[in-house]
Amino acid sequence: MVMNKSRNVFKSLVLAAVMGLTGGLTGLAQAKVVGLEAELQKWSFAGVFGTYDVNQLQRGFQIFQQSCASCHSANLMSFRNLSEEGGPQFSEDQVKALAAEYTIYDPELEDGERQAVPADRWPAPFQTELDARAANSGALPPDFSVLAKARGISQKFPYWAFNYFTGYQEGGPDYIYNLLVNYGEPPADVELPDGQAWNNYLGRGLAMAPPLGDGFISYDGEGVPETLEQYAADVAAFMMWMAEPHLVSRKEMGFRVLTFLFLLAGMMYLVKRKIWANVKH
Amino acid sequence: MSGNSSYNPTGAVEKWFDERLPIIRFSKEHLMDFPTPKNINYWWTFGAVLAFILVVQIITGIVLAMHYVPNSELAFDSVEAIRRDVNYGRIIQATHAVGASMFFAAVYIHIFRGLYYGSYKAPREILWILGVLIFVLMMATAFMGYVLPWGQMSFWAATVITNIFAAIPIIGDPILALLRGGFAVDNATLNRFFSLHYLLPFILAAVVGLHIWALHVPGNNNPVGVEVKSSHDTLPFHPYFTMKDLFVIVVFLIPFSWFVFFAPDILGHPDNYIPADPLLTPPHIVPEWYFLPFYAILRAIDFDMLFISSKLGGVIFFGGSIIVLFFVPWLDGSKVRSGNFRPLFRPFYWLFVLNFLMLTYLGAQVAEGIYVLLSKVGTAYYFAYFLIILPIVSRIETPAPLPASISESVLGKAEASGEKG
Ligand code: HEC
Ligand code: HEM
Repeated sequence: MVMNKSRNVFKSLVLAAVMGLTGGLTGLAQAKVVGLEAELQKWSFAGVFGTYDVNQLQRGFQIFQQSCASCHSANLMSFRNLSEEGGPQFSEDQVKALAAEYTIYDPELEDGERQAVPADRWPAPFQTELDARAANSGALPPDFSVLAKARGISQKFPYWAFNYFTGYQEGGPDYIYNLLVNYGEPPADVELPDGQAWNNYLGRGLAMAPPLGDGFISYDGEGVPETLEQYAADVAAFMMWMAEPHLVSRKEMGFRVLTFLFLLAGMMYLVKRKIWANVKH
Repeated sequence: MSGNSSYNPTGAVEKWFDERLPIIRFSKEHLMDFPTPKNINYWWTFGAVLAFILVVQIITGIVLAMHYVPNSELAFDSVEAIRRDVNYGRIIQATHAVGASMFFAAVYIHIFRGLYYGSYKAPREILWILGVLIFVLMMATAFMGYVLPWGQMSFWAATVITNIFAAIPIIGDPILALLRGGFAVDNATLNRFFSLHYLLPFILAAVVGLHIWALHVPGNNNPVGVEVKSSHDTLPFHPYFTMKDLFVIVVFLIPFSWFVFFAPDILGHPDNYIPADPLLTPPHIVPEWYFLPFYAILRAIDFDMLFISSKLGGVIFFGGSIIVLFFVPWLDGSKVRSGNFRPLFRPFYWLFVLNFLMLTYLGAQVAEGIYVLLSKVGTAYYFAYFLIILPIVSRIETPAPLPASISESVLGKAEASGEKG
């Protein structure tokens, strides 16, 4: 009997390991051969307890608005989102004033255009894909709406396997950060086509000139360094919020659900044991 | 299937009803009184877990379908709108997507349980075959569901997988056109996949009904694999197993919720957040994790065999790896069901488990170097296990002595005879 039990335990362990491992394999998919190893950042929204840092999101928005938005669209973001809970939380008046600075083009209107209101989506910088490509040496600046979730970094075994337990979901912002801070000179033997800039992180050229550099944008107030690294982190955090606007409320609900489930499971176990108490099995 | 009922209608109305539609009697027989071997362990709870997830998938799926738009121009944004703008949409969508993974995790446990304890053997062959049919339906459903968000991986998975059928001689091309609704994957493909993705779960539910019917004829197998001999061997399903199953379902919900609330995208691929682009092939197309072992088998055949091209060969092995499961009840000739009493079978079984894991790993790798060789070895062992090892082992093996009954295995010999007397 004793032997039988220990064998059962062993089997359970093997099977548990089996399922854990199989679940862990998707992470392997994105092997990047060239370029630099990504330097992982400390994100306020990482981990189980992570939430967005409202000040960082506001700075990130500033960078988005003053730099990136002149090429990149953000079609799924509405102005009103900027004042919603869990986001940059600008006041409603600020958002109203912000929207009023933008024009919405709509052929069904009398003059073909009107002032934007908070319910409007963020207006795209180019009217058509052709325009966007024409302005960017043939390349299309990708829409920002979910871009932070459409990129990931590659990790070596066994590091990616831990992600399933730490819930690491910041591959996108880490990618964007590393992309933005690693522009440089191409290696001597590489000749880049016109309109391309060399990026050490990617290990190739891309059709986006370095959009940021030290001191490019001035932050209100004191204390936050106006460096490339700071800008890159701020805008990447903002892009993560744009891609996953309900992250904070989702995790909050997760805590309530998990607490409930643990308690319920404990109670169920006790009831089960009580019911089975007089049965040998 | 009847005769286990202690149902006595009380009162005139219940009696009247019972004589016309004995549904209360039926439920009492099958959900409450059903005699269940008292020694079945926790691996036997996954059937209930699966039934639970099926319900979760259907409910979340119906809500998603209220907001989803099956149109190649609008699908991607409509899924994103569910995540952003529908109340609790992020949770509902994540539950459905993570649920698919949990479904497969549970079904693999359920299948490997069956393979270890010989649950497929007489008189449970039909039960097993219905199970394999369920597995096939699950794969079809999950594949079509994955196409619906119309991201890059959706699109290219649809292209690669439908292309498999083109390798079949003569009828391949018509099948391909039928699946795609045209020459290439496009809006027509998306529409028929949506229609089928909504349909198949209900067919699945019906087959699950048959599966449980086929289970309730012979009753459950159990870890010692000896049939139930007397009522001492069993307990009524309720409250003993209802409680045990519910407990496990709640425990299972813990990792499930962990993924839904804390890492909803981790089981997916970032590329699927890029809208589908027919002109841009992703550098590395990988299916969802639960297809990887079979994907590895498909890719392992990269050589021609006589008049069979490597492409057709891959399809034959891919299809064969599922079809062979239907024949397991007849490939394994051992009269002893449970692996616990089969010393020679056991190492081969665990090797099969490891091999299956290895194939999963290989399915995610770029097909080059050592991975190609390993895939071939893994594929060879997969088939050898069913076609060579099971038939031979069952003939040459001397099984360990079986207990006379379930009670005896639980209580030890002396007590069991005492209990009977
Ligand atoms: C002058 C126009 C322009 C500006 C300003 C600009 N981008 Fe881009 N961006 C592009 C173009 C064009 C591409 C496509 C590059 C390619 O495909 O080669 C791109 C691509 C990207 C990508 C995707 C890279 C990849 O993995 O394919 C990211 C991320 C990105 N930009 C972030 C930013 C951020 C953050 C800012 C603001 C700080 C910004 N961009 C400002 C033009 C611009
Ligand atoms: C939606 C998917 C499925 C559901 C809901 C389901 C449901 C169930 C349930 C409730 C049981 C009884 C409890 C248990 O033994 O766990 C069971 C038993 C069984 N199932 Fe499934 N099943 C599913 C898929 C499968 C598959 C894919 C297979 C095999 C390929 C399979 C093979 C079996 C066998 C052999 C048994 C009998 C086990 C025994 O008594 O030892 N099932 N199933």
